[in-house]
Amino acid sequence: MAQRLRVRYAKRGRLRFTSHRDISRAVERAVRRAGLPVAYSAGFSPHPKISYAGAAPTGVASEAEYLEIGVSRPCDPRSVLADLDASLPPGLDVVDVVEARSGTLADRLEASVWEVRLPGADPAEAEAAVKEFWAADLVEVERLTKKGMRRFDARQAVHALALTDEAAHGGIGEAAGASGRTAGQKPVQPCVILRMVVRHETPAVRPDDVLTGLRLVAGFAPPSPPEVTRLAQGPLDAVTGEPADPFDLDRAGGDR
Amino acid sequence: MSVESLFPRLEPLLPKVQKPIQYVGGELNSTVKDWDEAAVRWALMYPDAYEVGLPNQGVQILYEILNELPETLAERTYAVWPDLEALMRSESVPQFTVDAHRPVRAFDVLGVSFATELGYTNLLTALDLAGIPLEAVDRTDEDPIVLAGGHAAFNPEPIADFLDAAVLGDGEQIAIAISEVIREWKGEGSPGGRDELLMRLAETGGVYVPKFYDVEYHPDGRIKRVVPNRAGVPSRVFKHTVMDLDEWPYPKKPLVPLAETVHERFSVEIFRGCTRGCRFCQAGMITRPVRERSITTIGDMVEAGLRESGFNEVGLLSLSSADHSEIGDIAKGLADRYEGGQVGLSLPSTRVDAFNIDLAGELSRGGRRSGLTFAPEGGSERMRKVINKMVTEEDLIRTVTTAYGQGWRQVKLYFMCGLPTEEDVDVLGIADLAKKVIKAGREATGSRDVRCTVSIGGFVPKPHTPFQWAAQCDHETVDRRLRELRDALRGDKEYGRAIGYRYHDGKPSIVEGLLSRGDRRVGRVIRAVWEDGGRFDGWSEHFSYDRWMAAAESALAGEPVDVDWYTTRERDEHEVLPWDHLDAGLDREWLWQDWQDALNAGEVEDCRWTPCYDCGVCPTMGTEIQIGPTGKRLLPLTVL
Repeated sequence: MAQRLRVRYAKRGRLRFTSHRDISRAVERAVRRAGLPVAYSAGFSPHPKISYAGAAPTGVASEAEYLEIGVSRPCDPRSVLADLDASLPPGLDVVDVVEARSGTLADRLEASVWEVRLPGADPAEAEAAVKEFWAADLVEVERLTKKGMRRFDARQAVHALALTDEAAHGGIGEAAGASGRTAGQKPVQPCVILRMVVRHETPAVRPDDVLTGLRLVAGFAPPSPPEVTRLAQGPLDAVTGEPADPFDLDRAGGDR
Repeated sequence: MSVESLFPRLEPLLPKVQKPIQYVGGELNSTVKDWDEAAVRWALMYPDAYEVGLPNQGVQILYEILNELPETLAERTYAVWPDLEALMRSESVPQFTVDAHRPVRAFDVLGVSFATELGYTNLLTALDLAGIPLEAVDRTDEDPIVLAGGHAAFNPEPIADFLDAAVLGDGEQIAIAISEVIREWKGEGSPGGRDELLMRLAETGGVYVPKFYDVEYHPDGRIKRVVPNRAGVPSRVFKHTVMDLDEWPYPKKPLVPLAETVHERFSVEIFRGCTRGCRFCQAGMITRPVRERSITTIGDMVEAGLRESGFNEVGLLSLSSADHSEIGDIAKGLADRYEGGQVGLSLPSTRVDAFNIDLAGELSRGGRRSGLTFAPEGGSERMRKVINKMVTEEDLIRTVTTAYGQGWRQVKLYFMCGLPTEEDVDVLGIADLAKKVIKAGREATGSRDVRCTVSIGGFVPKPHTPFQWAAQCDHETVDRRLRELRDALRGDKEYGRAIGYRYHDGKPSIVEGLLSRGDRRVGRVIRAVWEDGGRFDGWSEHFSYDRWMAAAESALAGEPVDVDWYTTRERDEHEVLPWDHLDAGLDREWLWQDWQDALNAGEVEDCRWTPCYDCGVCPTMGTEIQIGPTGKRLLPLTVL
């Protein structure tokens, strides 16, 4: 393996309904269509060396998903970006590519920024619920996981949580850009937008766990399903309290 | 009038259903054309779940061909699962296409491809969700023409009331011709409404419009005659045959789904038609004559298809792929081209001879040799003569010995149960055969690490085959024989543990038999089943035999016919069959003679290598056998 390439990609519009398995099949095919010299594992049934870091759940859009591709000869990250993006279906869009310089990508993805749109929700109720949530030391929630029903704290992992003051109209399609979207506009309706920074912990606390927490502490129950987008992932910056670009370290060591 | 996308209304429902990705479209190589710029708009449906329907070659070919026409657009729609169906009903979201999420009712044509009869209830769900009246006679000029194709359309009578039209045979050219008729008719301002359009289609002789034919019955329930009920409608409708497959190299740009589907590969049809003459095989009878695609076109299609799709597996499709006149060179040429790469090649292999093993070896060069599949179909020598599957036990043992000897560890054997004239001993013979296969494998390898799997299902007599007159075996007998076979296999101490056994029980075959050889009266049964909640009848978790039987009893009450009459009753030579006015080119007397030969265990050769035996297809249809060899070879691909 001559080089490892780190790829940031987005999952937008209707393609947010892809599952992790769907994406990994699509990426493998795109890598072949793009003609990337992907490295293969040895053995009886060789697999392309592509690894994924913490995929967003099915139904959740994302501007910041990450994967790493091992290639058998060095490639220019800029042309990989263009070729891979052209080979993926619209809505799975390559945003950034760097050559891996050091460390493991997964270790750098310490926290995520999530945007949660709640069409039809009441801003005052949402504001009150957020206050209650902050006031609590512990907000225990339950979720059905692969290992059965689990009970865990949804409070401590939450690093930031607030309503945005963006004039809120429309749904996730606008938040995520027009890509993959067909004709037709959503009816304009009031919409609460929550922005949260959540640390990656075990068990993982997801935006829907935080919403469950808001319901538990304040009875806050939005009238329609939430529209969730991951805006960023990265190492938590001690100064800003926000996730930084996980590719900074690769770029710092590089010559580009 | 433009139409709006339904997606904004569908989108809020998607987080609540299983595998929402199947409903969003956006596949690589899918096409969305401007609605207002198209004169003719097709919605193409495969009436099963997306995961089964998306890979369907017929739909992909027509989708691409129609979208290449400048004034035509085509989109796709599939059966929605019951979870989404319930939400669509409660939120009033109609049946949609996955390409641009346009309402199906807004299209000019709803073309439905029926590979099997078990999709009939799903047709009704789609029509109802679309807001299209279920019965053709209730439709208005605001509704699309509901058009059926696919192998099951060779007897569309059970769904005749729900269809406006049906076409038989290869769809490429007739789809274009239908588009042209519609374009002209709309260009003239749609004179005479849908009846005139249907009349124009019927007059071509290549489109069957059921409502232009009346069916008369004898008092005992048999059909007396089927006659056109208006002037200008032909008394017979003929199938379509594409000659020269090199002129039709589709799919060029295979659809690449995001969702997981049943076939994750690029498939190339290497020839169409089969003249092996297996008497149970409807496909082999209705797709004659054999028309090969040339080795060079196949090579070009594989190259382009892999480049366009990113698939890493190629399937070389046909009814009996090893029979292509240049299959050896095709296999070697492709294996050479893609050697060392990550491309897998597969050949549905059913021919039982050593040549097949060589081919399979070539295609799996460097890869793992896991399993090989053969289909002797009948368990005894006599049975195989009845069905004209000319494989001797000696052939089979020699072939599997070679396979095990060359490193294959697992052999799958396909059989049918309930074939005409079958007795218990014919099915139990499968156990002896399987034991001999294992014995041969152990001797060839000197190891006990060889396996054989017996896979068996119930036989269903099909229209346009020599067995169209046969009595279908009742499900009690089929199930009893399957149980006895299982006991004979499992009870064997020496070989039992090396033999796997898979079977499909007999009840679904009875329903398939009812739908295969049914007439228009069976439509009432389909509707009653659907109204009672029947959906996805091809899926065992959704299929209900009891529901079908109860619906048949009530829907056919007062008629002199019942399920047994349609299934387990043998027909005589001169009974008018529901599909007799639909012409696959096969000479009815030849089919009858072949049926008589079957009863006497008489065999027929393949007309590719022996003189013509007058099945009737070529002279009736104006076609001829098109086979190589061309003498050409696949050259290595140049790497840029």
